[in-house]
Order: sequence, then C-alpha cells, then structure tokens
Amino acid sequence: MITIAESAFDPARALEAFRAANPGCGAIVSFVGGVRARAYDGGSLETLRLEHFPGVTERSIAAIVDAACTRWEISAVSIVHRVGDLAPGEAVVFVAVGAPHRRAALEAADFVMDYLKTEALFWKKEISDRGETWIDPRGDDYKDAARWND
Amino acid sequence: MARLLFFGRLADRAGGRRRERSLGDDVLSVADLIAALAAEDAALGDALRDISVKYVVNETVVGVDYPIGDDDEIAFLPPASGG
Repeated sequence: MITIAESAFDPARALEAFRAANPGCGAIVSFVGGVRARAYDGGSLETLRLEHFPGVTERSIAAIVDAACTRWEISAVSIVHRVGDLAPGEAVVFVAVGAPHRRAALEAADFVMDYLKTEALFWKKEISDRGETWIDPRGDDYKDAARWND
Repeated sequence: MARLLFFGRLADRAGGRRRERSLGDDVLSVADLIAALAAEDAALGDALRDISVKYVVNETVVGVDYPIGDDDEIAFLPPASGG
C-alpha cells in the first residue's frame, strides 16, 4: 500500500497496522526516515518542504514496489511518504516489508529505500536560518541505488 | 489552453507552479514550447533544457520531440529525491 500523507503520521501506528494486516509474515522489516536538525547548508533547519506530482508520484513508487516484488519473495509492502511542510524530528517516510523469511525482507526494504531516494517523484527544499536550498539526490544516493545492478 | 506544470526548483525559476498557455500554430512539440518560453525568459529556457529535466505529457514521460496541443498537460520535472 502506498500512502501520500499531507500531515504528520505516527510510524509506530503504521507498523502496528501493517502487522495486523499481514499476520502470516515470518519477517517484517520497517524503516523510518526523519527530518534532520542540521541543513545541508550548515544552518539550523526550520522547515523541510516536500512536494509531489499527484498520481504520477504514486505510480513512480508503485514501480519501485513492483521491482522489489519481482526480485524477492516478499508478501507485502507498505510505504507512507509525507508531503508539505515538515519540522525537524518528524517522520518523512515509513517503509515496511513483510516476507516469509528475514533475508528477503531486509534486502527488499533496503532496495526500496535506495530507489525512493533516487527515483520517486518528490522534490525537497530545506529552509534553514541561512536560507532556502533545493535538495538533489547526493552522489552516495546514486551509488547506493547502483549496488542493486551488480 | 495547454496546462504547464513546473516542479521543484523549476517552479521557483518559472515564478509559479502552473500556468495556462495557448500554444498556437507554432508550438507543435515540447521542444517548440521550450523555445517559446525561452524567448520570453532565457534563464527559464536554459533551466528547462538541462539534461536532468524530464518532460511529462499527460502523466507520461516523453522525449523533447513529443507532439503537444492545447488539450495537453505538460510537466517539467527536475531531479527528484524522496525519503
């Protein structure tokens, strides 16, 4: 399931809902990405502003999930991704992967996060006490995603 | 009227996230549209021609030669980053 959240969400509740909906999974791996307190410009972050392309963004995420389902034996995937204005400490993204066994769940969750960083259609702007900066994927993000092509 | 959508830094460059525009007889492709926009704002034209920008017409990624008309939605997408 893919959810674009316009307001703050509770990752713990998202995980509980995922567990309740997928009782047969032998392994569940979850990841929570949060808003850092320090901006890339070195200043103190005030707001992380995230925008998306309704409909098209959801499909870009679905393509990532489909790729994971093709590659690993997994039973279910849940992704919650925030848009709008976020404060430091708030959850940006929640990923949960359920599978019969742990290795597939661990690897697929890692894969999904790597591709969310480089392929999912979101645009991020940091607003810090030093100014405003649009955030591009970092070189390391592309390297992380390229690991799966080996 | 065609609907133009600008995302991320391109919205800042365009001075807004969306605008409507009559394409007329001269604008037949995405490339023509970029040329018309560049004639009015050279910096915006340069930004839209950047190799990292994706063009999406009616929610499908297309090439710069893709044909467009006044019933279409044309979106300009800079590099994206989620998570």
